[in-house]
Amino acid sequence: MINSRIQIGLISGLLIALGVGLTLYKAVNLNLPLLPGEYREVWTVESKTSFTPTDGPVNVALRLPTSLAGWTILDEHFVSSGFGFSIIEEPATVSTARWTRQSLGHPTTLYYKMQVYRARADRQLPPLEPGVPVKPLLEADQQAAMDRVVQRIQQQSSDRESFTLLLLQQLLRESQDQDILFLLNSYNDDSLAMILHSLASAGIPAHELRGIELEDGRRRQTLSSLIEVHSGEKWIIANPTTARLGLPDNFFIWQRGDGAILNLSGGRNSSLEFALVSNSLPAKAVLGMEQRAEEFALLDFSIYTLPVEQQGIFKGLLLIPVAALVVVIMRLLVGVKTSGTFMPILIALAFIQTTLLVGLIIFLGLIGSGLWIRSYLSRLNLLLVARVATVIIVVILLMAALAVASYKLGLDQILTVTFFPTVIVAWTIERMSILWEEEGGHEVLIQGSGSLLVAVLAYLAMSNNLVEHLTFNFPELSLSLLGVILLLGKYTGYRLSELYRFRDLANKE
Amino acid sequence: MSLLVSPLKLRELGILGMNNRNIGFIGRYNQRKNYGLADNKLKTKSAAIARGIPVPELIGTVDYQFQIRSLSELLQDREAFVIKPSQGSGGKGILVIVGRDGDKFIKSSGVLIDEREVRRHSSNILAGLHSLGGRNDSAMIEALIDFDPILKDYSYEGVPDIRVIVFRGVPVMAMMRCATHSSDGKANLHQGAVGVGIDIGTGKSICAVQHNRIVSQHPDTHINFDTLTIPHWQQLLELASGCAGMAGLDYLGVDIVLDRLRGPMLLELNARPGLAIQVANQAGLEHRLLIAAKIATDSSLAEGSSFAEGSALADGSSFADGSDNASQKIALARRYFTTQAT
Repeated sequence: MINSRIQIGLISGLLIALGVGLTLYKAVNLNLPLLPGEYREVWTVESKTSFTPTDGPVNVALRLPTSLAGWTILDEHFVSSGFGFSIIEEPATVSTARWTRQSLGHPTTLYYKMQVYRARADRQLPPLEPGVPVKPLLEADQQAAMDRVVQRIQQQSSDRESFTLLLLQQLLRESQDQDILFLLNSYNDDSLAMILHSLASAGIPAHELRGIELEDGRRRQTLSSLIEVHSGEKWIIANPTTARLGLPDNFFIWQRGDGAILNLSGGRNSSLEFALVSNSLPAKAVLGMEQRAEEFALLDFSIYTLPVEQQGIFKGLLLIPVAALVVVIMRLLVGVKTSGTFMPILIALAFIQTTLLVGLIIFLGLIGSGLWIRSYLSRLNLLLVARVATVIIVVILLMAALAVASYKLGLDQILTVTFFPTVIVAWTIERMSILWEEEGGHEVLIQGSGSLLVAVLAYLAMSNNLVEHLTFNFPELSLSLLGVILLLGKYTGYRLSELYRFRDLANKE
Repeated sequence: MSLLVSPLKLRELGILGMNNRNIGFIGRYNQRKNYGLADNKLKTKSAAIARGIPVPELIGTVDYQFQIRSLSELLQDREAFVIKPSQGSGGKGILVIVGRDGDKFIKSSGVLIDEREVRRHSSNILAGLHSLGGRNDSAMIEALIDFDPILKDYSYEGVPDIRVIVFRGVPVMAMMRCATHSSDGKANLHQGAVGVGIDIGTGKSICAVQHNRIVSQHPDTHINFDTLTIPHWQQLLELASGCAGMAGLDYLGVDIVLDRLRGPMLLELNARPGLAIQVANQAGLEHRLLIAAKIATDSSLAEGSSFAEGSALADGSSFADGSDNASQKIALARRYFTTQAT
């Protein structure tokens, strides 16, 4: 007993000191601020070039982005195991990364990772002389249709800007006229090529802007395209998928102008995908990273060295120790009854995806209707395993029904219902209904609300800005949390609930 | 009356908290490998029979689903019986049948159920619905206890049982649990049964609580608890004390029923007895457990060290030889763990 006490004390002391020590080291030496101050959203973009090699030498050329439209590239990183690798700097500020290899036997993925952030709010692109549009070479019937479309839109528009907008709107409209349908068909539904050709036919200088729509947590994002049109005095940007003008805030430009981004010889089935993660980093740290981009990788031996996909996963995982601490405190120090030890954590994780209020409503709805259906099932006299399986299927159907109904009603938030772990919900329903039969509704209320209370507290802790900042930038603090939890495991004092439970004993004396 | 008491006050009274119970007593004194006997009522029963400890009669067991079909043959000449999961916890899943009405069975609450209901209950037990950790379980069928008529009015629609906390073979604290209408005939304090603290020294009631609040009379039968005296008290304490060695657990809850003819019988053992017994006794467990530890280790008693409660050990007999160890433990427990004059 004494021995185990000392052991626990030593181990937790060591863990706490290690976590705090590493954190202080990073705070002092790497200038990572401990408090979240002014934040910059830093995106880690990882491009994955995958292909299946054919016989003969392999040559992969990837056009690299430059800092454009207020975006700044902080740090670049290439993974090229077994490949010859070079970066070719061309005079017109365009660089190309080139991977080469004599021969290759199996499908391969090449990685290029960079970190970008928006340094300036303005989205000015550098000046570019508009070229003279080259009329496309078309078949006779295509040409005739194109001429009619261009002529009609020209009649309805006043300038190049309104021409572009009208053209894009025509294409998005559901009931298109015959000419446009025919043209789209002849372009194999490649509406972008058709738009560019139409603009060229109308004598309007235009080109493609290719880039990535930044969305946190996306793993298989592909390139998307905008159109840049010269209005006579300046370049304007239009989005062909929405027919809106202007550069979207979350659009990172990879390439301005035409030409291929990926050139591959000696391979087939090539694909280019992007994994994206956004981190809120303190402005001070971002500046620091910018200044010492080379030594950054060395200094930051933590999560940042992982591939972006895993970074995204760890960003969530590192929050779980905090939630675990909340559960330990609530159960051991406060004495809240929960159904299942760590079920509240899973519910809290679901809340993070759905936001709190929506999550609570969905959860209560699911559990409520599940309990009602379960009370019918209990009359059917089924074996336990079959009954739990039935409840799982019923829960999935409920989720599907909820999602469809909410989508039809236009309540997009409820679509997040899928984030709820089905098996946990089903098991909760099963336990709650047994509890109801055995101990009555009172106990269901106590344990259910206890679980929800702990889940909400865990959610609040996990979604806290400071907590998120500390866990991701100082993951070693998890060691300290572990130490604290070990210490709490040896707590023999009273729980808060016991001070209430035994109140009659003391008051009598 | 304040809603919370200060932890200092609780410590002074020696109230045992849940965390301390888990770490300081259950975790420290009860070895995991010995839980099996206490957690499985069938094993408890056969071990008790082997030691000559009286238990309610076992009618039969149901281990497999297919046996449920022949349940009616097993029960055909039985008027009253109890079906319970052999690894159930907290009194869960216990079905008490007190008699028959044609094809139907009469539950202790007077509700009639048909045989399908009995089968469904047994099937749920086998699937592990009521058992620790939801493991597959077997159902055991016991004869219904014909309990001592002296206790009849203290319990409503259910058998009252007596829980004795035994620490290292020394009975430390006792409580009678009386079923009420709101507890659905079950002697489970969580479900609203009344707990009556019983003085270890005299077998007389100390205080009664329901839902952690003090009550003076039974909510359904309106009988006053202060007149209650448990019969066969010495015999009952001996039985409880004897179970400690059988279970191999130092901190143990022993549940005992009083049969009209056969006296105290062991109902079940509990390796993790609850803490509500302290409220019913208006006393803390912690001080008593320390004294019990000293009673259990004879050497310290021989030196005549003084205890927190009372110091009338001067006339104590010699404890040097262990031949009559158990009865000495009980005698000392009856002396120290009493607040009433005998």
